[in-house]
Amino acid sequence: MPTLTRKEVEEIALLARLHLESDELERMQSELGVILDHFGTIAAIDATGIPAMTHAVAMDHAGPFVSLGVLRPDEPQPSLPVDEALRGTPKRDGDLIVVPAIIPGAKE
Amino acid sequence: MSEWWSVVETARRIADGEVTAFRVVEDMLVRITRVDRDLGAYLEIDGDGARTAANEIDRKRKAGEKLGPLAGVPIALKDNLVTKGIVTTAGSKILAGWVPPYEGTAVEKLRAAGAVILGKTNLDEFGMGSSTERSAFKKTKNPWDSSRVPGGSSGGSAAAVAAGLCAASLGTDTGGSIRQPAAFSGVVGIKPTYGRVSRWGVVAFASSLDQVGPLARTVGDAALILQTICGHDPRDATSLDVPVPDFSAALAAGARGLRVGLPKEYFAGELEEHVRAALDRTIAALRDQGAEIVEVSLPHTHLALPAYYIVAPAEASSNLARYDGIRYGLRVEAPDLLTQYSKTRGAGFGPEVKRRIMLGTYALRSGYYDAYYKKAQQIRTLIKRDFDAAFESCDVLLTPTTPTTAFRFGAKATPLDMYLADVFTLSCNLAGLPGMSVPCGLTPEGLPVGAQLLGKPLDEVTLLRAGAAIEAAVGLGDRRPGGFA
Amino acid sequence: MSRSVPQMLEDWEPVIGLEVHVQLATRTKAFSPSAVHFGEPPNSLTDPLVLGMPGTLPVFNKLALELALKLGVATSSKIRARSRFARKQYFYPDLPKGYQISQYDEPLCEHGHLDVLVGTTVKRVRLTRIHLEEDAGKNTHVGAVSHVDLNRAGVPLVEVVSEPELSSAEEAAEFMRSLHRLVRWLEISEADMEKGQLRCDANVSVRLRGEDRLGQRTELKNINSFRFVQNAVEHEIARQLRIVDDGGRIERETRLWDADAGQSAPMRSKEEANDYRYFPDPDLPPLVVDGSTMGTILHALPELPLPRFERYQTAGIARDDARTLISDRAMADYFDAACLAHPAGHAGHGGRTIANWMLTELLGALNTDGKDIRESPMAAETLSALVVLVEDGTISGKIGKEIFAESYKTGEAPLAIIDRRDVRQISDEPALWEIIDNVVKASPKQAEAYAAGKDGLFGFFVGAVMKATNSRANPVMTTDLLKKRLGR
Ligand SMILES: [Mg+2]
Ligand SMILES: [Zn+2]
Repeated sequence: MPTLTRKEVEEIALLARLHLESDELERMQSELGVILDHFGTIAAIDATGIPAMTHAVAMDHAGPFVSLGVLRPDEPQPSLPVDEALRGTPKRDGDLIVVPAIIPGAKE
Repeated sequence: MSEWWSVVETARRIADGEVTAFRVVEDMLVRITRVDRDLGAYLEIDGDGARTAANEIDRKRKAGEKLGPLAGVPIALKDNLVTKGIVTTAGSKILAGWVPPYEGTAVEKLRAAGAVILGKTNLDEFGMGSSTERSAFKKTKNPWDSSRVPGGSSGGSAAAVAAGLCAASLGTDTGGSIRQPAAFSGVVGIKPTYGRVSRWGVVAFASSLDQVGPLARTVGDAALILQTICGHDPRDATSLDVPVPDFSAALAAGARGLRVGLPKEYFAGELEEHVRAALDRTIAALRDQGAEIVEVSLPHTHLALPAYYIVAPAEASSNLARYDGIRYGLRVEAPDLLTQYSKTRGAGFGPEVKRRIMLGTYALRSGYYDAYYKKAQQIRTLIKRDFDAAFESCDVLLTPTTPTTAFRFGAKATPLDMYLADVFTLSCNLAGLPGMSVPCGLTPEGLPVGAQLLGKPLDEVTLLRAGAAIEAAVGLGDRRPGGFA
Repeated sequence: MSRSVPQMLEDWEPVIGLEVHVQLATRTKAFSPSAVHFGEPPNSLTDPLVLGMPGTLPVFNKLALELALKLGVATSSKIRARSRFARKQYFYPDLPKGYQISQYDEPLCEHGHLDVLVGTTVKRVRLTRIHLEEDAGKNTHVGAVSHVDLNRAGVPLVEVVSEPELSSAEEAAEFMRSLHRLVRWLEISEADMEKGQLRCDANVSVRLRGEDRLGQRTELKNINSFRFVQNAVEHEIARQLRIVDDGGRIERETRLWDADAGQSAPMRSKEEANDYRYFPDPDLPPLVVDGSTMGTILHALPELPLPRFERYQTAGIARDDARTLISDRAMADYFDAACLAHPAGHAGHGGRTIANWMLTELLGALNTDGKDIRESPMAAETLSALVVLVEDGTISGKIGKEIFAESYKTGEAPLAIIDRRDVRQISDEPALWEIIDNVVKASPKQAEAYAAGKDGLFGFFVGAVMKATNSRANPVMTTDLLKKRLGR
């Protein structure tokens, strides 16, 4: 298990949109390193052919406990009134949510 | 002293007209005001809402209308359960002051049964922790020893029940967050089979592990609350569409003929002396009552902790992406979007949450997914198979809930130390099984010890049956935390 | 001086793949019962889930699945009995949960194909996949800030991904047209491009002809009309050709098409440092398509546009007419209904004549009224009856047009109008001979002149016969009998 570099920690923090002060970054680097040393061991385990359990109820074999194919009928329910929807919105302009300018095309 | 009445007794006395729901609630609110300043179990108390609900129960009773099974019973809710009109924070600064416009299913079901919601209890931020020390808002003390933690993350819910600040409460359990504080605080806690209780209105930590469950002072109370909150919910696609059995009916069956499995891996490691002694007494009591004790093996147990600490943070990193300061919650203004996101989240999340987001983000990165997240899920399969095999030779598993009794504030110096405290409770969540912690005595220092019962999927009935037998034999009886009687 | 595009195209081959997002015609969102509408006041179509509030959970829309399955079946895709939803994670203000629920490694449909009409040939374009996902909200940029409206957030989409095997801007545009026609045909989307219900990203690269490997591609975003697809791709091909033909290298980048400026520009942003960290959504169990659902879909699948196109041509309909007829399912259905009411059916004269009347008279009239074929006041059976009346000689074609106009306007049956107006064609030979005889007798001088070789006078006699019969004389018989009566 490779220990985390500072650069890696910074990259992950950027991906997660988490601002970390430089002392936090340092602490994070060493703490994550320790945790990964401990838990990263699973990377080395051979699990060839073992199905992944994506849900805590057995989804891979239909049994009496499995409720698969849960779908919703296409029937509209009333929307939240705008004022209720945006009640906790930090910054509004009328009924629109305001954010700092998005660089045009910044979206993937 | 209505404050110490059980759920069952409270409901009966109100239904019989011996006392009004209003009186019960009012007494409870007075007690909370007196006690909780020091204990710190509650984050939010909804006195007005509780009084209104109690009055409505009293009106119904007078009018001869049908009362629900929990009519007038004062209940507390972990603050990661969404309550319409009542501030819901999940113990995080990033959600401080958030008033939900909707109600979670479990809460809805409680209200429909007549329960009176007193307020919201403290927790480790977003359920991430085992001591409630990671709450952004306050410390909650262990009612049995104020220098110790109540456990976590449902520490507020456990402490409130233990100290008689509600008849029962709801918590959530992602890796032991109901059972571990139940053990530390000397109460009963149940994590139902994954899918038994709807997650609609549960602030998500790790979606494939989270489950809501009751904390109560007796197994019977826990069964009644569980009865109320279980059931299929079309709003949760992972909710199981299966019948809910009569949980209370199983309580009196006794331990005779029950095959109780002891997974050797849970008894092999470092167990605190008094925990081991309490478990030994519990095992002996069950044997005396006619249970068959068998040793079983769960060989992949050592992989549960690493698998859990990949799966849970990975899902959490995704579930917590919505806290971006745009639609609700905290926002730290900045001139550009990227900075605003980062500063908001940097300021809004506590250190433990940040660690888990970082860990989860790390594990899900492209090129790492197979080695971590997927591998952890494969390990879940191995762990699940261990349980399937073990349940071929027994009906229920018995283990200590925790390796130690409640630890002191600040005792877990490093994040890893804290994670290791969950070692016995995680497997249950990974495998989706029902689990329960039931008090099985006090140590000579007067700290409660919890016995953990793990069952087959959907077999809460057997857990309750075994739990009731343990309660009767080695439970706490009328012993209450000093200073709270 | 660099070479011209056609010159460069002799050596270089463009390769284009498209990713098209199609909004499914549901009343509610993909994962919650919040209503779907266009043009409502901002943030008025939300609920706790759409807003990404804590504790909310997704449950997928049954109709959205059925609509997507229709498209899967219509494109001969392999349908996965058990597909999965995954979370695609990135931060953006119009994405309330911080992830988009999409499908990743186990999409609903794979390995289908779309038949595209390019010029006069049908090109079969393979589809890599068709997957389900939810739409984002809308950001509007206003100076130093952006505004977010979440009404569109969570609307169900399918993303149709083609193999990179389109080889010109024209083909790319035709692919879009074919897909647009197909989704409307199947009634799975209104596909109104002005409302953003059909949007396209294009992956464009060029390689030396004969080369197997694909060249470095660029991705063009934000294309929302047929014309823009054509322009944007054409522009990008030319841009890449100029670079590679000069020995340069193409940079892997995402470019935004600016329709107003008629050019694309690279997107530059820190936000691009993304790693979507896909993982199966733990809130959603596998999406299971059972046999009975598939059965219902297969059973209800209409005849598709391209097979109809072929069928019409086999029935003798001109290629251009056939193409027009399949441009819209309602049009083709109208045509089929008219043919069905005709004794000869589609075959031979019947289909051709009906197509003629439909495409000229009916579409002309509808066009004047600004109406769609669905709103036609004249039923297909009525048009068919009128065509039969012309074909069997009850009325002439000229009268037929008048009868059409009146029937279209008033809704009266053609035969009733004919009888009321007394405009039945005179095709009875003795009766017509008598009329012609009278006309010739009334103009002896002209008859003499014609006999002497003044050919131009033939028209004079035809006109006189028509005048005498109120245009009811059968024109073919009139010519025939006149020739006999006039002696040559
Ligand atoms: Mg795409
Ligand atoms: Zn897409």
